[in-house]
Amino acid sequence: MTVLPYPLLTASLLLMWMTLNSFSIGHFILGAIIATVASWAMAALRPAKPRLRKWYLLPKLLGIVLYDIVRSNIAVVGIILTGRTRTRRSGFMTIHIELKDTTALALLSVILTSTPGTAWLEYNSSDGTLLMHVLDLVEEQEWTDLVKNRYERLLMEIFE
Amino acid sequence: MNITILEGALTTAQVMLTVAMALALFRMIHGPRAQDRVLGLDTLYVNSMLMLLTLGISSGRTLYFEAALIIGLLGFVATVALAKFLMRGEVIE
Amino acid sequence: MNEAFNLPFWAEIVVSAFVLLGASLALIGTIGLARLPTFFERLHAPTLGTSWGTGAMVMASMIFFTVTSGRPVFHEILIGIFVTVTTPVTLMLLAQSTLHRERAEGNPDVPASISKTPAADSDPKEA
Repeated sequence: MTVLPYPLLTASLLLMWMTLNSFSIGHFILGAIIATVASWAMAALRPAKPRLRKWYLLPKLLGIVLYDIVRSNIAVVGIILTGRTRTRRSGFMTIHIELKDTTALALLSVILTSTPGTAWLEYNSSDGTLLMHVLDLVEEQEWTDLVKNRYERLLMEIFE
Repeated sequence: MNITILEGALTTAQVMLTVAMALALFRMIHGPRAQDRVLGLDTLYVNSMLMLLTLGISSGRTLYFEAALIIGLLGFVATVALAKFLMRGEVIE
Repeated sequence: MNEAFNLPFWAEIVVSAFVLLGASLALIGTIGLARLPTFFERLHAPTLGTSWGTGAMVMASMIFFTVTSGRPVFHEILIGIFVTVTTPVTLMLLAQSTLHRERAEGNPDVPASISKTPAADSDPKEA
């Protein structure tokens, strides 16, 4: 067993400890001890290590997602405030996604669910079908394009 | 003069959040299905967490931050447990 | 209470704007929760409050305490991260249990299960 099996996890735990308490030498030492022990515990669980191929694309993904959440927020606010117009149609749709990496899939589910307007419902890992619910299902192709071209391609570049 | 702007904004925000909590409570009581009630409870938790953040700003103390964090944690655990129960417990009410 | 409010005018405006934005997003989201007709539509409504609603409120709190205490305060960002990570989990679980219940009742409005094979990941929940 190496001393620090998950250096990134240890560093972020230490940072979290110090933001919760204070930035001082004492809390640095205490936080470092706790973070190291926690990373050992994590190593004992032996999770599959995510491989980051192009980590420098992560800020780009974050920017895209934040922008999309703003856009989707505005759209959903419009839908709720204008009331129940009969032109709007919400519904289920299935998408075939090629992503296999579990971390990337988890990230995709977080993106889709925290965007108001889309919700991730079910995923079948054996054939890669994703069932999702869309609040404003005007053009199904548009949503497929959004998921496949905007998120999935970037996630594939980062993780696979 | 400056004081009134932030105080007014905070009071308005607190009134809005109170209305939001009442609406979430309405959904929780009204249903119609159990999953709607759980969703209402989750929203109630999120709204009360935001309410604690506004209280923290208006009191100028960071104490409320911890309370907000705990409310968030409890809301998460409660909703997950209830959702799990809906899936595995009784299927049809 | 009032000694905490001696902050510059610009900070006051920014904090007020973020607080109002956060509260209105949460309120609109909850209005959606109360008035949208079906469960799956209602599922989208609270994400307004948990995405930018929480984000704006956290931002307001961070700016306020940074300006009033004179040192960078950003522990509120933990709430933001925490809410962002947990909301999808709760909503996904809730949506899946709803699908499960509706299918068990034979409701024709929900789509059939996409996991045909018993080896699929939704299997342990059925056990």
